[in-house]
Amino acid sequence: MQPIIIVENLTKRYRNANTNAVDDISFTVAPGEFFCLLGPNGAGKTTTISILTTTLAPTAGTAMLAGYNVVKNASAVRRNIGIIFQNPSLDMNLTAEENIRFHAVLYGLYAFSPAYALMPRAYRERVHELAAVLGIANEIFNPIKTFSQGMKRKLEIIRSLIHQPKILFLDEPTLGLDPISRRNLWQYIRTIRAETGTTVFLTTHYLEETEDADNICIINNGKIVTHGSPARVKADLIEEYLLLDAADRHALREELRRLELSFVETPQFKVNLNGRTTHAIIKAIETPLTVLQTHSPTMEDAYLEILGREKE
Amino acid sequence: MKELNAVITIAYRDLMKLLRDRTRLISSLIFPFIFIGILGGSLQAGLGASVGINLLTFTFTGVLVQTLFMSAAQGVISLIDDRENDFSQEIFVSPISRYTIVFGKILGETLVALVQGIGIIAFGLVLGIQFSLQLFLAMLPIAIIVCLFGGAFGVVILANLGTRRAADQIFNFIMLPQYFLAGVFNPIQNLPWYLDILSKLSPLRYAVDLARGVFYAGSPDYLVVLASPLVNLAIIAAEFAVFLIFGTVLFVRRERNR
Repeated sequence: MQPIIIVENLTKRYRNANTNAVDDISFTVAPGEFFCLLGPNGAGKTTTISILTTTLAPTAGTAMLAGYNVVKNASAVRRNIGIIFQNPSLDMNLTAEENIRFHAVLYGLYAFSPAYALMPRAYRERVHELAAVLGIANEIFNPIKTFSQGMKRKLEIIRSLIHQPKILFLDEPTLGLDPISRRNLWQYIRTIRAETGTTVFLTTHYLEETEDADNICIINNGKIVTHGSPARVKADLIEEYLLLDAADRHALREELRRLELSFVETPQFKVNLNGRTTHAIIKAIETPLTVLQTHSPTMEDAYLEILGREKE
Repeated sequence: MKELNAVITIAYRDLMKLLRDRTRLISSLIFPFIFIGILGGSLQAGLGASVGINLLTFTFTGVLVQTLFMSAAQGVISLIDDRENDFSQEIFVSPISRYTIVFGKILGETLVALVQGIGIIAFGLVLGIQFSLQLFLAMLPIAIIVCLFGGAFGVVILANLGTRRAADQIFNFIMLPQYFLAGVFNPIQNLPWYLDILSKLSPLRYAVDLARGVFYAGSPDYLVVLASPLVNLAIIAAEFAVFLIFGTVLFVRRERNR
């Protein structure tokens, strides 16, 4: 199947900047995929998402969304995407319904009307339906400022789905949410994906939020560190090894070679597990050891390690 | 049709935001009240008799126009930081043209300014300024023109400034001298040549003079008017077109090439 997002050699250098905020990145996203762009603050996530959502012009490279070029055909791209911004994007003094109505009119779904009652029946039914899903059928005409944070986020998602976008962008959507709202939000996104098959493009700096993703792309300093399925990224990130040393290094070296284990001398011996268990390796070695350490980081450790390494 | 709907939506949203925000509504009227009530009142009491014109009325017309003009300009300039705030983010990523956003915003801020204008007129009536229904109806189109003109002026400033901070600082620098150069509170019939040049560069001058030309029509105080309303109208029309085209094109280009 043709990818729904194709990014090729995308580069952005802001005016008066010495380095590229996004530096020659390329990746693709398949339709219906849950794609995660993961990286620390300042890695280039928001810059990337701004270019893909057509609010920022790239310095070089191309990006195609749903078959449209983000520079040459920005309007067509916009029609096909929904966006949840990092900052709240609701008008506090307006009601929930007004926020939805204005969005629907801007996307050309309905003609403008100053009152809910004057809007077409199709619109009113849709709002009703969505309000029921959210459990706010009674509050839909109340000002947004009376809503909880989690409620507002959900409302934003609902609003962004009203024009049935092919791709839904979520730019760090859990920022400022408590754990319960956060979990509800993920549950809700899962439901949407199951029901509509919408492609979801998420940026986050929390590794645990990428759990459900089909593909993860880690970027740091504007460059892609690794990209692939969670299993692949995990294999890529996690380096499991044994750290060994002996008084008689020569003997240990000979023995490791004999056992056909790959290792690096640092000058201690970093022995790659290569699918063997720690137990099997230790059992096979007869040279008396002075050092024995296992290195088996969690995904989180590995992620932090990589980010730390890049920074140096 | 779709773009027209979008223009109306953007404008309506601006108006609703003002009407639902009581604090903003009240605070937007405080400055005009200070200028007209205190400055205009004291000028009239102290100097009115010797100048031979009613300085309270003079200040009232000046401040009315200045408020409309500035409110519209400032509202349009708020597009700068709006890009990262509230519903405006939605507007910037929706499939409507940037031109539609600018037009919608000018229209919306015109409505916002007119609401404030009504507040000022009500205050003027309390102070005893003569305001007949005919005069009100004659002034209404003038007020709308002033607001649209102010909005277009705002687009030019918006297009040339990158950040909200820069806009706030420069805006005062650009607006404050205009209060005096345009003769909002002070008659500017006999300016030294260098101030006269600066005065003629101030867009606000033509807006104020146009409004006074209509307000004072048939009154003995008409002598404060500098040029015929038709002349002012022609100049405003020309500047409006230049501001709008130049400003919008620049804004649209700048918006994406950060």
